[in-house]
Amino acid sequence: MACLIPASAMIDRSTDPAPIPPSSQWDDLWHQFAAHRGALVGAILFAIIVLTVFMGPYFWTLDPSYIDIRARNAGPTFAHPFGTDQLGRDTFARMMAGGRVSLSVGIAAMVLGLVIGAAVGVTAGYFRRLDGILMRLTDLFLALPLLPLLLVMVMLFREPLSANFGPEAGIFILIVAAIGLTSWMPTARIVRGDVLALKEREFMLAARSIGTSNVQMILRHILPNVLSPIMVSATLGIANAIITESALSFLGLGFPPDFPTWGRLLFDATDYIQQNPERVIWPGVAISLTVLSVNYLGDGLRDALDPRIRGR
Amino acid sequence: MLTFTSRRLAFAIPTLLFISFVIFMLLELAPGDPMSQLPLTVPPDVRDRMREALGLGEPTHIRFGKWLWQFFVVEPLHMIDAAFGTGFAAEQQRVISWQTRSPVMDIVLQRLPQTLWVVGLSYVVGVLIALPIGIYSAYRQYSLFDQLGTFISMVGFSVPTFFTGILLIVIFSVKLGWFPSIYDTTLVVNSWDSFVQQLRQMVMPVSVLALYNAAQISRFMRASMLDNLHQDYVRTARAKGLTERTVVLVHVLRNSMIPVVTVIALGVPQVFGGAIITEQVFKVNGLGQLLITSIQANDLPMVQTLTFIFALLIVVFNVIADVLYGLLDPRIRYD
Repeated sequence: MACLIPASAMIDRSTDPAPIPPSSQWDDLWHQFAAHRGALVGAILFAIIVLTVFMGPYFWTLDPSYIDIRARNAGPTFAHPFGTDQLGRDTFARMMAGGRVSLSVGIAAMVLGLVIGAAVGVTAGYFRRLDGILMRLTDLFLALPLLPLLLVMVMLFREPLSANFGPEAGIFILIVAAIGLTSWMPTARIVRGDVLALKEREFMLAARSIGTSNVQMILRHILPNVLSPIMVSATLGIANAIITESALSFLGLGFPPDFPTWGRLLFDATDYIQQNPERVIWPGVAISLTVLSVNYLGDGLRDALDPRIRGR
Repeated sequence: MLTFTSRRLAFAIPTLLFISFVIFMLLELAPGDPMSQLPLTVPPDVRDRMREALGLGEPTHIRFGKWLWQFFVVEPLHMIDAAFGTGFAAEQQRVISWQTRSPVMDIVLQRLPQTLWVVGLSYVVGVLIALPIGIYSAYRQYSLFDQLGTFISMVGFSVPTFFTGILLIVIFSVKLGWFPSIYDTTLVVNSWDSFVQQLRQMVMPVSVLALYNAAQISRFMRASMLDNLHQDYVRTARAKGLTERTVVLVHVLRNSMIPVVTVIALGVPQVFGGAIITEQVFKVNGLGQLLITSIQANDLPMVQTLTFIFALLIVVFNVIADVLYGLLDPRIRYD
């Protein structure tokens, strides 16, 4: 679009003594988003959590697996701000290590679910012939009992995958794949609905009339226009994936015992609930705060990206 | 209405078949083998005969067919026999658990009451809390109550149930000692004291699940009320001089309940699934706990049956929700 504006006009604007700041689409989005106070707080909180978890180990250099048996079951001190566990390992370091795994699982599973969901949704909406069969498939997937099936999948494939990729990478792949494969359906439905509505618009007709191929239509005209529902489902997807992973770890069917994730830390701490109740609180609060902040972020994004609500 | 219902029912059958096939094939790939615990001195031909006795020797499609037959024909017949003392099922083979060597459905029926009490009660409590909150926060949109309600429900479904459960245990069992942290399923209610004890042990699991359910349903109720509150018929009702109470609680509420009722129906199977975690937290030996233990023990028939029961619940309640929607809203019926 920018190339259509004559060069002189651009110079004029830049030399204007009192320029009215041009309001781009992204500016509008940002203003709408920032007006939603919960969303802003959620975004900041989520950024803080991500930064702490990924950058923290460079500043807090205690090894999460270092055993100091004489300092076991300690409460919060200066040496160990979150205390230590039954083997004297530093809880703060373990929380950061666990957060790295939990967040990576959450983000990777969300991306997988999103790619499948968007692909199914766009294909179903765009190609009329595939619509019926793909949507029936989505309905069938929605009728599956997800948590029991996830548990069964973990039980069945844990050992072969651990043997092939090593215990940690194997479980990581398994859990990401399991969560991704069972969470794409809502995205697919929303995207399909939006694509169906888009197909009736004039610009699609115009694009088709100049001979745009199907691939180009999808890449250039459809995908950018369904980006907003995809982004909203992305945030909700992270929240869902983090909760599911923690639930699996909590049920003892997630990562191996000595491998910290937030759900695993919470599960391990329940055995010491009488002596050190605060050990349960840290991972629980971390999970809850992350999910809460992501949910608020998604709420704000939905409001900011929906032109019907915007400006109200 | 009859064609509407029968069409919905007809679609449920292929869905069920598909789900049972998925579950069956998933377990078909299982590396677990019930023969793996046998001593090595058992000769291979005896081992093969034992495999056949467990029904493992035959090709996949035949075993799938047999499993369907056992689950949909033999098991119901056995239940009828047990209930009326008849002899329809006679000597037919039932689905046997590898862990206990007893029929799977018998164990399921033993565990069902615990799950039903805890889960069912929590869902009822959740709905009863959610509806008034949703109605009032929609009526006073953007008021302090509404803002607070929005925040609490956001917290309610962001905080996972295993954390709320443990938090309640830390506060009320460890610190205050008001409620027991472990649900005692052997308790027999036959006196006032044991009734009080039963109530005390149910408080925490029920309130954890109720909070989680109430958070979601109250949001739906609020959104649905807001959709209706600004409709023309509401203005008409007010213009007729009806009291505010009648307008909101009769005219608006009735119409806004239509989607909420279906959401409530759709939520029931999810609550059963989600209760797996809560049962694990409070050590309730219901269906969820049975699933976890049989997964850990590699008891495939039990896992298969339980997963399928969860799937059956989803499909049945989907049909119920559809039919209810059709009953309540004639516009859906004549689609």
